[in-house]
Amino acid sequence: MKTQYLLGNEAIAHGCLEAPVDFVTGYPGTPSSEVVDILRAVPDRGYYIEWSVNEKVAFENALSAAWCGLRALCTMKHVGLNVAADPLMTSAYTGVTGGLVVMSADDPFAHSSQNEQDSRCYALFSRLPCLDPSGIQEAHDMVRDAFALSEQFSLPVIFRPTTRVCHSKGDTLIGEPVRNTRKGEFHKDPRQYVVIPAHTRILHKKLNEKQPALKKALVEKGYNTAVIRGRRAVVASGIAAAYVQEILPDDVSFIKIGAYPIDEEWLAAQVSRHEKVLVVEELHPVVEEAVRQVAGTIPVSGKKNGVVPYEGELSTASVAAILKSFGINPGEDYPATSPVTDLPPRPPILCAGCMHRPVFYAMRRVFRDGVYPSDIGCYTLGLQLGAVDTTICMGAAVTVASGIAHAGDSRDIVATIGDSTFLHSGIPGLLNAVYNGARMILIILDNRITAMTGHQPNPCSGVTACGGPSPQVSLEALCRACGVSWVETVDPYDLVSLMATLRAAKDQPGVKVVIARQPCVIMARRANLRRGRFEVDPATCTACGVCIGFGCPAIEKRDDKAFITDLCSGCGVCAQICPAGAIRKETRTEGKR
Amino acid sequence: MSTSFDVLMVGIGGQGIILASNILGEACLAEGRSVKGAETHGMAQRGGSVEGHIRIDGKFGPLIPPGSARVIIAFDMLEALRYAHFLAPGGMIVSNSHFVIPTSVYMQGVPVPDEKSLRERLSAWPLCLVDADGIAAEAGSFLSQNVVMIGAASWFLPLKPASLLGAIERLVPQKTVEINRKAFELGRAAGEKCRTERQGA
Repeated sequence: MKTQYLLGNEAIAHGCLEAPVDFVTGYPGTPSSEVVDILRAVPDRGYYIEWSVNEKVAFENALSAAWCGLRALCTMKHVGLNVAADPLMTSAYTGVTGGLVVMSADDPFAHSSQNEQDSRCYALFSRLPCLDPSGIQEAHDMVRDAFALSEQFSLPVIFRPTTRVCHSKGDTLIGEPVRNTRKGEFHKDPRQYVVIPAHTRILHKKLNEKQPALKKALVEKGYNTAVIRGRRAVVASGIAAAYVQEILPDDVSFIKIGAYPIDEEWLAAQVSRHEKVLVVEELHPVVEEAVRQVAGTIPVSGKKNGVVPYEGELSTASVAAILKSFGINPGEDYPATSPVTDLPPRPPILCAGCMHRPVFYAMRRVFRDGVYPSDIGCYTLGLQLGAVDTTICMGAAVTVASGIAHAGDSRDIVATIGDSTFLHSGIPGLLNAVYNGARMILIILDNRITAMTGHQPNPCSGVTACGGPSPQVSLEALCRACGVSWVETVDPYDLVSLMATLRAAKDQPGVKVVIARQPCVIMARRANLRRGRFEVDPATCTACGVCIGFGCPAIEKRDDKAFITDLCSGCGVCAQICPAGAIRKETRTEGKR
Repeated sequence: MSTSFDVLMVGIGGQGIILASNILGEACLAEGRSVKGAETHGMAQRGGSVEGHIRIDGKFGPLIPPGSARVIIAFDMLEALRYAHFLAPGGMIVSNSHFVIPTSVYMQGVPVPDEKSLRERLSAWPLCLVDADGIAAEAGSFLSQNVVMIGAASWFLPLKPASLLGAIERLVPQKTVEINRKAFELGRAAGEKCRTERQGA
């Protein structure tokens, strides 16, 4: 045992090593990605590990490993669980032999997500147990023990940390990793694994019969606890429990929910000892609904009467205000302060030299009146460049484009999607668009990596999660196999060719695919690819602002003229768009910032 | 009850806030103290405004309430102003005297902030300005700015300089230990001036 300062996801990964886990899959998604990234970097691993192409694929691989008796972990972000929901729902019926833990990381406040859905609702929906840690230590301990819980009830366990658990840090007591010794073997049992109606009706009954013992066990294991200290009680779950604990006065009872399903009998017994109850939780009022069901005439406060917000994340400061409005004086009084409001925002932007920027630039010039469906990735930042009209979920750039085209919009429909997102769930949409004769252009932004979530490899990268060699998928062959007859590949740093290719695509019928290919500029830098830098000749610069409008973070205004800073990675696209020809490759190399 | 000493680090994605937060966390462990923190990960790091919360002796939530940070360490002067409302009464802002103009300024045509007005506005709070760019260059690497800032702030933190230096030596890449040790000492010397001025005031 030792104490280390760990990121939440590091602690979770370490808990899996202590279980130990035998089989790991996942698809990257903030805030979950570091768990697999850490586990794949462990030297001399005794477990199998892969980055899968999407969450459904990841889940099914892990499920079958658990059917073979292995302890399996499958990681994703909350919206990934939508993709994996199909096998998830029925895996509750088939159950598992080895422990299966499905980590679905929720993102209150949508720091890095398209919505604020709550994975605990999937637990209620599927009738699977769900563990909901309130901090890093608990996340570590819960995931370490979750495999045994899964085996005890032969059910997959949903493990649901949130952003402020995954991406927070703290002193964490960890144990020793355990060496794997299990070997997977599938034992045929069609009544368990072939869910034809005759089997599944019986399996459904078995799932329901497991619930009472499961609820009792989650209380006995200490996940759901109550400390009765007064006539008023606060019930809290997840990270909100930590915020409450920080400031709750000693004369108020504290009921902590760390696992679902909640034992109603136990909950009713705790709630009934109070005159009024406040429920504090993020996202969906899962705990509040349970409390309201057992509270009888005891007044309950929470989201449903407007005391706790439905949206966003909580914090110690916001919980202090909630306690006050409920009539509890919090142990801390925070000064009322407000930020300075007149500062220019500093949102994340595409890197200097990012290959997406010239594609968006060219696209907007060739298809001035176009409609631009896009997708989930760094390139969603193309919104700032006026090049993203829609984003809904992974893979939907393709289907939104074909839908708009079939709806009758006569403008050019030009969709953008990254390589990883295309492989994740864009392929069926492309197949469908070709099959049904859509008129659209799909630009695949192929930087050979899953960049946004931290540069995880994918089938375009030529390496596996552990760095082993793997064949690089041919996006050209894949698109042609879907039936696309017009497929062109272009270097996005070559603006003339890029524009010419897009113009050529414009004139073709049906579905056209342009593959714009350059390595992610961060990966190129890590691989020591040096292109030199560019500079502005102040004597030639006319201060027209064209390069400034390109939106590259390496281009600043100094004395009204353009100036290229040390951030320049040498893509050279600005030199191609400068009408005065004032940008040229730098001749000297010393720093000039 | 919360009794933590809260330190907020702010800057721009890519400036090394995560390493800086690890240094403070490791130093806490070396002194046998509990610590909680939170930081920005993911796409927000792509040149965006980022924050790192470190709660020395923290036991519960990782987020620092506004108005509660005893020290703010800013890697960029504009970001120092953006987060100044987090400072507790009697706290101290230790900020890099340089700043990067956000690209949004040019794209949206909003007024360009200038150094003089930033300095003036920041002087409403107890402020220690450090030429982190220049000192890091003197230490031997532009990349050691985060360690320069920790050195400067070390006068205002409840952690022993030896604990911080030990954490730096363990956490920075092996071949940069010398540069970072120097960056810490030079930063510490720069911070001492602020401490003396403050005590004089």
